[in-house]
Amino acid sequence: MIRRIPAWLFPRLTGAVAWALAGLVLSLILGISLMAWPHLSWAAWVGPEGRASNPLDPRSVHLAPLLVGTAARTFLMSLAVIPMGILTAVYLAEYAPSGSRAAGLLRWLVQVLAGVPSVIFGLFGLGFFVGVVGGGLDRWTGDLASPVWGRPALLWASLTMALMTLPVVVVATEEALRSVSQDLRVAAIALGATRLQVLLRILLPNALPGMATGVILAIGRASGEVVPLLFTGAAVATQGSLALNERFMDLAYQVFVLSTQSPDPQASRPLLLASVWALVFLSLLLNAGAAILRSRATPAAPDRL
Amino acid sequence: MLAQRSSDLGPPRQRQIAFDTVTSEASKNPVCIEIQSLSLWYGPTQALRSVSLIVPERQVTALIGPSGCGKSSLLRCLNRMNDLIPGVRVSGGCRVGGVDVQDPQVDVTQLRRRVGMIFQKSNPFPQSVFDNVAFGLRIGGCSGSELEGRVASALRRAALWDEVRDRLGENALRLSGGQQQRLCIARAVAVEPEVLLMDEPASALDPVSVGRIEDLIRELREDYTILMVTHHMQQAARLSDQTAFLHQGELVEVDRTDRIFSQPRDPRTEDYVTGRFS
Repeated sequence: MIRRIPAWLFPRLTGAVAWALAGLVLSLILGISLMAWPHLSWAAWVGPEGRASNPLDPRSVHLAPLLVGTAARTFLMSLAVIPMGILTAVYLAEYAPSGSRAAGLLRWLVQVLAGVPSVIFGLFGLGFFVGVVGGGLDRWTGDLASPVWGRPALLWASLTMALMTLPVVVVATEEALRSVSQDLRVAAIALGATRLQVLLRILLPNALPGMATGVILAIGRASGEVVPLLFTGAAVATQGSLALNERFMDLAYQVFVLSTQSPDPQASRPLLLASVWALVFLSLLLNAGAAILRSRATPAAPDRL
Repeated sequence: MLAQRSSDLGPPRQRQIAFDTVTSEASKNPVCIEIQSLSLWYGPTQALRSVSLIVPERQVTALIGPSGCGKSSLLRCLNRMNDLIPGVRVSGGCRVGGVDVQDPQVDVTQLRRRVGMIFQKSNPFPQSVFDNVAFGLRIGGCSGSELEGRVASALRRAALWDEVRDRLGENALRLSGGQQQRLCIARAVAVEPEVLLMDEPASALDPVSVGRIEDLIRELREDYTILMVTHHMQQAARLSDQTAFLHQGELVEVDRTDRIFSQPRDPRTEDYVTGRFS
């Protein structure tokens, strides 16, 4: 049966599918760029003057504050997810007894976390970070009438996103730590290095490109994600201040709102197109960064044995 | 990762070994390493059978024997690198400079600084030449101009200084295979160990590099006690003062190298050194 399939079929079939997909992606990027181009003037980025945004008038909203909001929440998320992810991965790769049930359970839980839908993260963020942690802070400071922390805000959205992207960082870091050559480990130990010294001086530096790839992928995923933000702190318009306990403006959230809930679709179209373009190029940029780091992760020098 | 060491679990099996064959009466040098009835198991498999061996100071002792005879296992006992392999059990003992290596109280990181190791496959860190040699010194707390001086002197000792003096900042992986191995020797020598364990240090190199490594070993012999595993008969004959022949985990014969190769007492040794089996 298999012998009757002509030899040329599979190379062409697989090639056709792959190139069709590539064409689709390229035309998507090109199409968005062409449509957004007329709306990417300087004014679209910063606006004619520094007036406050009016939620009812999309023409008063500009790209710059949206990007600033997205950058802020992504940065805060990184601050949380990088140490948490790396510490977890170091434990899994180095200290958890290999093949133990505890390590297996931990790994399984990380996988479960990776599979949880983003809407669940949003609700969890609202319930736990906003309600329990934020509400708890307010109770502790004794001001229940006007909540300072117990409301959707930049900090809670960032932490929710950190939780959501934790598996990406953990898996990438553990993988990177494990792929450091055993020869290097043995060489360091033979020189009298303690376990901690091996970790700090050999494993982590050599795993750095792989870890950075994981972090960038996590940032890439989070920067374009909307759903958890619906519950935890994004707003269509703010007074322009950026505080940990305030709502914030966000590029991806803006795209979502403008494309589904705009009172005047015609008026919001320029901003929508510009936001979509910015979002696509942000993710392209982050993926390119990850690709460059990945290529650096492979040994640079030729193996001269 | 570190396997639980449990030297007391070895079967209480004492074999009589003829001690006159294990002491090297040929050497006037004081004893540096003393291995006594050392047995080693990987799980249920016994890799060393009551090996006893005396290694005199500042000499080259070659360990020869067919693959899987336990040469490398014996070597790894002396700096406790066997600890890294899960399921290893050791009975009997070995002393390096009077210190009982298998003693659970022993500080293994200190031990490994006294007993350096060179591996078959050179394994420089993917860092600069300088950082490679400085590794052991830095983790020992050395820094500044003292560090620079000791790195330079270690590179000189490893006969590498002239080749790399202008390339100290270059990635060590760019060096040639032979240079990489000499760099590993420099890295081991930098922490000023007493003993150098060499596990087939020249077997993955081209003939010219092998020659340079052998010259280097001859020089290092002046200051270090060298225990070297080799598959290469001529190399053992050329370099070593004393040769021990291991076969199936057993130390068959140890003697002055010239005697091992010219008039071995055990027929198995004779068969091996004359190439009748390998």
